[in-house]
Amino acid sequence: MEQDFLTVRVKVNGVDKRVAVEPRRMLSDFLREDLGLTGTNLGCEHGSCGACTVLVDGQSVRACLMFAVQVHGKSVMTVEGLASDGQMHALQEAFWEKQGQQCGFCTPGFLMSSYELLQHNPNPNEAEIRHAISGNICRCTGYQHIVEAVQAASEKA
Amino acid sequence: MKPAPFRYVAAQSVEEAVSLLAEHGDEARVLAGGQSLVPLMNMRLARPAVLVDINPVEALAYVQANNGHLAIGAMTRDAALERASAAVAHSNLLIEAARCVGHPAIRNRSTVGGSIAHADPAAELSAVMLALDAQFVLQSKAGSRTVAAADFFQGYLQTSMAEGELLTAIQLPQLAPNSGSAFVEYARREGDYALAGVAAVVTLAANGSIADARLALCSVGPTALRVSSAEVALRGQQPGAEAWASAAAAVKAAVTEAPSDIHGSASYRRHLAGVLTERALALAASRLK
Ligand SMILES: Cc1cc2nc3c(=O)[nH]c(=O)nc-3n(C[C@H](O)[C@H](O)[C@H](O)COP(=O)(O)OP(=O)(O)OC[C@H]3O[C@@H](n4cnc5c(N)ncnc54)[C@H](O)[C@@H]3O)c2cc1C
Repeated sequence: MEQDFLTVRVKVNGVDKRVAVEPRRMLSDFLREDLGLTGTNLGCEHGSCGACTVLVDGQSVRACLMFAVQVHGKSVMTVEGLASDGQMHALQEAFWEKQGQQCGFCTPGFLMSSYELLQHNPNPNEAEIRHAISGNICRCTGYQHIVEAVQAASEKA
Repeated sequence: MKPAPFRYVAAQSVEEAVSLLAEHGDEARVLAGGQSLVPLMNMRLARPAVLVDINPVEALAYVQANNGHLAIGAMTRDAALERASAAVAHSNLLIEAARCVGHPAIRNRSTVGGSIAHADPAAELSAVMLALDAQFVLQSKAGSRTVAAADFFQGYLQTSMAEGELLTAIQLPQLAPNSGSAFVEYARREGDYALAGVAAVVTLAANGSIADARLALCSVGPTALRVSSAEVALRGQQPGAEAWASAAAAVKAAVTEAPSDIHGSASYRRHLAGVLTERALALAASRLK
């Protein structure tokens, strides 16, 4: 019943890609191994931790719970897509300034969840920020500085 | 944490999906939001030989009001349900429960049909479907049939769906006039599966007494649980603390198979079931329309 490879055409951070993958290739491994985009980190690989959060057609998803074949024809944004022209995104600047990261492992996921929030709601209050990042786990910061960073980024934008 | 190899087919229509299911029998699994199935595959607790992806079937993603009834397509994402104006108009508890399913990134993928078909006793939407007397439309190559929520949930992750059947739609009757509804739950962290959750509907008679009440709970047994003894106890009473307490007592008596784990003991869950019953009923009764 095995099938060898299927071709995936997908736009990743604005660049068209065409790669043949096994159906069981997870989106997360596709990004990291096939495209070399290792900014997306893998924590639990079963949807609990949120480290691998990326955007598919503008919506946050767990990259460890989607197959690469499912993004055929879609557009994916990873943490590498945030900076432009060598300039960090306002969110990245704010995480840096407010110490919204310590070990940094969860940071790409937090950045993508916060990015999605600010796209819909440019001036979120604290409760809205906490709700938006509720699916992301951080074991270092205690979240306080992350919330402050998102607030600071929303004020900058 | 990588799934075993499988064959992948992206179904473009309900017809294509049900013929694939008929062709491959118990080798095939439907892929909806993947938020329950894919973790199981990653852990190799599920090893389907063929995955029938119904995400491309856009005709299954809708929330529509028809003469007061609400029809929900199986592929409606939880994130779409919580924002759908027809769902908001139907009942508070539907929206409140949808918001309790996981986190934003989960709800962007997870589907109403997937939650029902998976039949996790901790799923908020199973309790909601019982409380709202939902009907489920099941389609197979041989035809379609409708099953009431009350006859659907058979046991832990077990339903009355037969091999080859696809859940296509959920139908919710309109609430009677002078009804209010609410969903309340308690979870250790926002978005976690609840330790207990209660869906409540209260309908008052013209004289102000309780004409009808419906109560269903999640996370307190092997399936979501409708508690008719509590509903009977409420009928004819005046709405208020005394009535809610009598329903809570009946709920606690009915919760005999609550799970015990590191998140909470069975007796704590039973206690929560009672407290949350009182809160859900009071909230529902404050929302009559
Ligand atoms: C971190 C995390 C937190 C979560 N928290 C909650 C929570 O608090 N409450 C909650 O209820 N859920 C929660 N979930 C589970 C999630 O929302 C489930 O994924 C959902 O209930 C199942 O829907 P799905 O669309 O993802 O289905 P899938 O995972 O795609 O499918 C689940 C099962 O149903 C079958 N199936 C799906 N659709 C159909 C159909 N139309 N016809 C026939 N069979 C079908 C599949 O074959 C599979 O066996 C959580 C998940 C994660 C990862």
